[in-house]
Amino acid sequence: MPFDQQTSDGGGAKDPAQGQIILDVKNLKKHFPIRRGLLRRVVGQVRAVDDVSFNIRQGETLSLVGESGCGKTTTSRCILRAIEPTAGAIHFRIDQGEPLDLGPMRKRDLRPMRQHMQMIFQDPFSSLNPRMTIMDIIGEPLLVNGMTNLVERRERVQELMGLVQLPAAYINRFPHAFSGGQRQRIGIARALALNPSLIVADEPVSALDVSVQAQIVNLLLELQDRLGLSYLFVAHDLSVVKHVSDRVAVMYVGKIVEIAKTSDLFETPKHPYTEALLSAVPVPDPRARSKRIVLEGDVADPAHPPSGCYFHPRCPHATDRCRSETPTLNETAPDHAVACHRAEELDLRGVTAAA
Amino acid sequence: MPPIPMGEPARPRREPILSVRNLETHFLLDEGVVRAVDGTSFDLFSKQTLGIVGESGCGKSVTARSILGIVESPGKVVGGEVMLRRDGAREMIDLAKLDPKGDRYRAIRGAEIALVFQEPMSSFSAYHTVGNQIIEAIRLHQPLTKKQARNKAIDLLHMVGVPKPDRRIDEYSFELSGGLRQRVMVAMALSSDPRILIADEPTTALDVTTQAQVLDLLRQLQDERDLAIILITHDMGVIAEMADDVVVMYLGKEVENGPVDDIFHNPKHPYTRSLLNSIPSILARPRSKLSTIEGSIPHPYARPPGCPFHPRCTVAIPGLCDSQTPRFLPMGDRQGVSCFLHHGPSGQSMPSGKDTGARHDAV
Repeated sequence: MPFDQQTSDGGGAKDPAQGQIILDVKNLKKHFPIRRGLLRRVVGQVRAVDDVSFNIRQGETLSLVGESGCGKTTTSRCILRAIEPTAGAIHFRIDQGEPLDLGPMRKRDLRPMRQHMQMIFQDPFSSLNPRMTIMDIIGEPLLVNGMTNLVERRERVQELMGLVQLPAAYINRFPHAFSGGQRQRIGIARALALNPSLIVADEPVSALDVSVQAQIVNLLLELQDRLGLSYLFVAHDLSVVKHVSDRVAVMYVGKIVEIAKTSDLFETPKHPYTEALLSAVPVPDPRARSKRIVLEGDVADPAHPPSGCYFHPRCPHATDRCRSETPTLNETAPDHAVACHRAEELDLRGVTAAA
Repeated sequence: MPPIPMGEPARPRREPILSVRNLETHFLLDEGVVRAVDGTSFDLFSKQTLGIVGESGCGKSVTARSILGIVESPGKVVGGEVMLRRDGAREMIDLAKLDPKGDRYRAIRGAEIALVFQEPMSSFSAYHTVGNQIIEAIRLHQPLTKKQARNKAIDLLHMVGVPKPDRRIDEYSFELSGGLRQRVMVAMALSSDPRILIADEPTTALDVTTQAQVLDLLRQLQDERDLAIILITHDMGVIAEMADDVVVMYLGKEVENGPVDDIFHNPKHPYTRSLLNSIPSILARPRSKLSTIEGSIPHPYARPPGCPFHPRCTVAIPGLCDSQTPRFLPMGDRQGVSCFLHHGPSGQSMPSGKDTGARHDAV
């Protein structure tokens, strides 16, 4: 057993709420221009990310959830500056230092930052180069960052393979020889090579089979406890999110509509969209077949969002105020913020073990 | 092998409309034979939803394709029976004996058994409007004029809840959202009033909210048209929500079947139990670890000898499970299982079969 089982089973043994804030995102925006005609004139904007603010503490997992097209992936890519944000600040703290704003940073200055924030990708089949051995794949970030000694690099790669529970004997094999779960372990080892403090994981288990998904979820939890990592976890599967997150932010058409501690968000949702999202998740128990809230229609078009609250055309509780006035994200309880005019008065249904 | 009785007990005893017996579909490759489906049996009744669940490579999609006679080369149905009771007929016919390219199969495929695919994006042609594709499907099986078929297509789109069907019919698949595309797919599948609908991962590519809409639609259509549905999925949540009876598959083998409540609350096969325990639940405590199944699904060329699950099984019996293949035998009235814990090598019942129950009872 490479890890001593300690905190993650206990749930409250460690408290990431006490940790230092390592990532603080303020008013992040990403608008994609819509160009039409011969002159490629800009005729509109797709507001993929529209004024999003949140923070992540050391050792904490924040999950971004929402339907496809809600901007969760774009948000995560903007933080890594893999996509250039349109506006907003991304304060990132390295090694207890002063937070630096990555938003306006030049590419050249950004490079040394990158080793501290790494990414785990969704598809372990397309994210590994089939012509590179495991040694080359995991060793590449080390080589790029100046570890030119082959013996040293090999040792570090073997250490990383041990960390993700891959047999060190496989070091010279190519990705095709591995199963989906093992490939995802390789991707995780590569992400960990430079001792990052923040890992952005974009749907890291959704391409995996259930039996393998459980192994990777557990591995991510163990690595976090052991290495004090912070995760920004992007996922659509709310059951997986429940297992990994300390806090959850729900996004709808480019905006955060609710953000809270995991158990608060799942048990006492305050936004009607969160309620509907939770109730749509099938519970793996035939005795729990319950009345689901089935939302009418589709997600709003981020190029032509509706007036007022973006959710009002699908919301069963919408009033005239919701149609005209855009709600802001307000804290209704400690660590629980929601963007809904009627958050205080509505009595919404969450999911609890008793249900 | 005796047929495994299936179906909800509350329902009157009826004759199955589809009865699959010992189906074997193999892929003959240069590297060897891949037994994609290796002896699967189940019955399907009208108005019933039968869930086929398993992880990748378990043969659930190939089972569906075998029933429809659309297994891709070099795959071939090499054994077993696919008995279909045609509408109003008393005798059943064996589809496995028909020529998959022949007229008789063609008259059944689409007309009596229809298929809804997983990927609504790639299963429509981008060169033709969705309306023209539905009209083509209608006129393949029914003697209607183009005008009549178009009106029928609009009715079908209306039935599956596509808004403004008279306008949507002239749109292309890429103009529709994922949920609408899947509704159009269902409309097309139902265009010739099939009695059996095979839905292969119909909601896997969809968001949960859209998934809920499509599952509701399938249920509603089943009620209105007495459809029998074979629902193929890897998602135990969808199975729990939709299925009356369940077939659990692993590496081409049927490992367990039975009514949905028994599968979830009294699973017999160690694989079913492990699978149920390893799924993340929305009811779980935050930051709680999942119980796992060790190892990974073996490569199809390297299928383990004996019981295909034995290398990952925590209760495998050394010397037995790794050398002999358990037979699929009934367990009680309604369940069936292929596991030596429940049946000895000669097929006798093993009362010592450990019953640890499912987690919902344990938690």
